[in-house]
Amino acid sequence: MSRESLINAALLLGLAAVPLYAWATDEPFTITLATRVAILALAGVGLNIALGLGGLVSLGHAAFFGIGGYAMGILASHAQSYTPLMEAPFLIEGTKSMPVIWITAVVASALAALLIGVLSLRTSGVYFIMITLAFGQMFYFFAISWPAYGGEDGLSIYIRNDFPGLNTLDPIQFFGICFALLVLALWLNARLARSPFGLALNAARQNAQRVETVGLSPFRLRLAAFVISGAITGLAGALFADLNRFVSPTMFSWQMSGEIMVFIILGGVGRLYGPVAGAALFITLEHFLGGLSEFWHIYLGALLLGVVLFARGGVIGLLAGRKVAHG
Amino acid sequence: MADPVLATHGITKSFGAVQASRDISLSLQPGEIHAVIGPNGAGKSTLIAQICGGLAPDAGRVEFLGQDVTPLPTRKRAAMGLARTFQISALAMEDTVLQNVTLGALGARGGPLGLLRNALKDQDLHDKAMTALDRVGLAGQASTVTAELSHGQRRQLEVAVALTLSPRAFVMDEPMAGMGTEGSHRMTAFLGELRDEAPILLVEHDMDAVFALADRLSVLVYGEIIATGTVDEIRNNPQVRAAYLGETA
Repeated sequence: MSRESLINAALLLGLAAVPLYAWATDEPFTITLATRVAILALAGVGLNIALGLGGLVSLGHAAFFGIGGYAMGILASHAQSYTPLMEAPFLIEGTKSMPVIWITAVVASALAALLIGVLSLRTSGVYFIMITLAFGQMFYFFAISWPAYGGEDGLSIYIRNDFPGLNTLDPIQFFGICFALLVLALWLNARLARSPFGLALNAARQNAQRVETVGLSPFRLRLAAFVISGAITGLAGALFADLNRFVSPTMFSWQMSGEIMVFIILGGVGRLYGPVAGAALFITLEHFLGGLSEFWHIYLGALLLGVVLFARGGVIGLLAGRKVAHG
Repeated sequence: MADPVLATHGITKSFGAVQASRDISLSLQPGEIHAVIGPNGAGKSTLIAQICGGLAPDAGRVEFLGQDVTPLPTRKRAAMGLARTFQISALAMEDTVLQNVTLGALGARGGPLGLLRNALKDQDLHDKAMTALDRVGLAGQASTVTAELSHGQRRQLEVAVALTLSPRAFVMDEPMAGMGTEGSHRMTAFLGELRDEAPILLVEHDMDAVFALADRLSVLVYGEIIATGTVDEIRNNPQVRAAYLGETA
């Protein structure tokens, strides 16, 4: 086992142990914090597939996070008001079922990623950053100006959605769901990175010409990565809305996109567990520094600066050392 | 003469006022090594880019395996079996040598790429990749990170990746560049055998290698082919001597 996989295992165990300890000592707020970490890490895992593996610096991933959030909000709000989503040409009713909501969130954000990807992957570098940012902002302003679902005020869902066989209102059980999905996404990411697709995508990031001269299309590789990436971030959005029992346009904001990227940079770009380390550090800082001063972002900024200047591999890089080529 | 594997018919390309390719027609016959030589700035790289895709000619067309491939992108030409090696190594530098060659085998196989299988544990890909590495003498370096290879080894790796494509023709841009004398000799011997597998369009500065290998030579000066012929014909061509060989020899 390499040092990095030991650190990864420790991170995952830690993330599971903290809420279990809090559960034993009856501190539900700590469980909620750990749940936030798991969900935001999941969003980060999504972005990391585009950013770390594909080299696609997307500043618009809040679009998928928000779509996931609104997929939950819209379906659940119709279920709680007993009004159908639409009646013609066929009937669609709201639902409180998490699995149905997740599938909707994943499909909707994958479709959005396909559309955004087809258009924005024709550009690269700073133009790609700008065009993804622009798409994110379009969704943000659309959500603000859509009165049917709360507009600027957002949507409140009074009772957390259901998962068969579990009591989702119990914080530790809801944490379990989020943690399981995070582990699943990490597993998928690891498999993806080693797969033929991952090999080609990784090569396309380093040298697109190389990939073309063996007869593969860098554009299609990147598009597939972008869609998978968006779908995972969308799933995280649905969970985030369920955690807060509230969804608002801020989920679509560019600050949200930036935050997801900060998790990755803090944890280590392209590192499988980078988003987990980053999200954990971010939430810990937010909790402790936020308690000291409402200007805690200043300290976060200083830390980010330090990471970018002195520890390019992020927390994982600092602890595990140089990245080794897998295989 | 047999039908050429690869041919250009009057391709012309200008960048502003500079004519980088003027009405270039050349052909690559089965089993031959056709070398293109010319001084720096003669338009060799522009010519290669038009043959392999990536740069569209203003006029003229490129034929490969009897098909007009002028409108096809690089990857379609590659998939047809046009294998290219680069003057400045185009490799995934962070990846291992094996990963780079596996990528070639993957591209050659075509069809959808797997999402969940382990690429390096795919026996078929692995065998193809190792065979190619073995042929260029890099099998011992399979798990080395590409960035750590010497310049000459990177050239060998380029050729190995090209070999995995089951090519119908090679287009090689200065495969000897940056190699030591010994490496250059080994590569020369290797390319000599390779011609039976697929013909090679060879752009090269190393005149010893060119004279040793080429069945035919074309001399490119200021975007124009001023002569095509056998090594002896070119050596004795007064125009070529004045324009090119005289300057370097």
